[in-house]
Amino acid sequence: MSIILHIGRYFMLLRDTLSRPERVSLYWKRTVEEMDLLGVKSLGIVALLSVFMGAVITIQTSTNIDSAWIPSYVVGFTTRQSTILEFSPTIISLILAGKVGSNIAAEIGSMRVKEQIDALDIMGVNSAGYLILPKIVASVLMNPFLVMISMFLSIFGGWLAGVGTGIISTEAFIEGIQYDFDPFTVIYALIKTVVFAFIITTVSAYQGYYTSGGTREVGISSTRAVVYSDVVILIANYALTQLLLI
Amino acid sequence: MIEVQGLSKRFGTVQVLTDINAVFAKGQVNQIIGKSGSGKSVLAKCIVGLHKPEEGKVLYEGRSFHDMEAEDMRGIRQEIGMLFQGSALFDSMSVLENVMFPLKMFSAMARSEMEDRAHVCLKRVNILDKDALYPAELSGGMQKRVGIARAIAMNPKYLFCDEPNSGLDPQTSIVIDELIKELTEEFNTTTIVITHDMNSVMETGENIIFIHKGRMWWKGGREELLHSDNKELNEFIFASALMRQVKKAMIKNG
Ligand SMILES: Nc1ncnc2c1ncn2[C@@H]1O[C@H](COP(=O)(O)OP(=O)(O)O)[C@@H](O)[C@H]1O
Ligand SMILES: [Mg+2]
Repeated sequence: MSIILHIGRYFMLLRDTLSRPERVSLYWKRTVEEMDLLGVKSLGIVALLSVFMGAVITIQTSTNIDSAWIPSYVVGFTTRQSTILEFSPTIISLILAGKVGSNIAAEIGSMRVKEQIDALDIMGVNSAGYLILPKIVASVLMNPFLVMISMFLSIFGGWLAGVGTGIISTEAFIEGIQYDFDPFTVIYALIKTVVFAFIITTVSAYQGYYTSGGTREVGISSTRAVVYSDVVILIANYALTQLLLI
Repeated sequence: MIEVQGLSKRFGTVQVLTDINAVFAKGQVNQIIGKSGSGKSVLAKCIVGLHKPEEGKVLYEGRSFHDMEAEDMRGIRQEIGMLFQGSALFDSMSVLENVMFPLKMFSAMARSEMEDRAHVCLKRVNILDKDALYPAELSGGMQKRVGIARAIAMNPKYLFCDEPNSGLDPQTSIVIDELIKELTEEFNTTTIVITHDMNSVMETGENIIFIHKGRMWWKGGREELLHSDNKELNEFIFASALMRQVKKAMIKNG
């Protein structure tokens, strides 16, 4: 199938997904379950990654700008900027594409090959809406929280590494993370996160929903979900950066 | 009653069904038989609207299904119960939740009423005290029975069963076949059973159509089946050793 056909079918699936749910209470219950599965259960990996990335950013910045002309608070400043602008929203979303995206594609794909989606359609249930909409809503609501936690922990990791290795003092680091702070950068990051959450869930759900064959194809869909989500996130990241920051 | 008129279906360039005409009667176990890959499941999925045929019509009580407004189509769908080849129970739901699912989605019942209705259906298929189990914890035969319970939860007028006894041992197959026959008579449903199992054909088939290479090759009743001189049908019927024995005995006895 050509890329144009895929894009057309993707938007058609999106239209079905976003059409009115038949039982709002049931959808909401499913959304809460998905918030736990896709959001809360991703906290561990997000936390771990954030602390270590922040630590690495701090150490690298300080070793690279080892010059008497540059004030030491720049280390904290750089850690904050790279965390908020790029690392937390983009890298964490790429990681979530790997974790959550493959999970979504595998779950929906195996429902497809085991005729469970046909069973929903036969009953007259809007299968796309029932399966996909709760995942979209859950991710769009949860990922901004994950990313905010990531921002906090990344900066915390930076401080820990900076002070722990003695390359920077707590005062200089704090001064750095407060220096020339523009709250819009956080909003910018959260806008990106929401867009990426939408991309991860819909692209992965698309891969799962149109799986045909058997378990082997479910595996293929799951891999594709991650690869395509990543590619689309990178393109969207470029577009949003140009749109929002210039 | 369901009528299929001049139905053709292809996927891309592959012609799967060509000009199928058939009538499926109410209160009877209508059967679609044929070799695997002949297009039986695709035909059933065209009839219930999971596939859209390129040509032809499907009439439910005289009303053309594929020409209906979305609203009416949904109405018909809620009158259809379907048992899938692999049962298609929802993995993430318990037995009770599976059977209650269509009720939750489409009925205005209170939770306790839904539970009662689900228990009636489960009892009808002889699944007792298994409410909290998940599909993966059930045997194939039990999964099929829960699938039937879910299919009859909404009191369907039309019951579709795709290979209800594939993957089951002969004894369990008979139980399932009889259950389908009883339910059909009890609720006067228009039942369509897809099968390639000669046992169930001989056991419960009333109005039979034989699909070969996507065409309707033969139709008739169970008695005519064994005496047909249709070559492909005979090959299909007497493919199994048991049926060959039956044939020998028939010839011996004249
Ligand atoms: N969704 C589909 N897309 C393309 N080809 C299909 C699809 N479903 C079925 N087919 C093809 O249609 C033919 C008939 O399949 P099917 O109706 O499942 O056979 P059976 O009689 O065993 O139920 C097969 O050759 C199958 O490969
Ligand atoms: Mg089949």
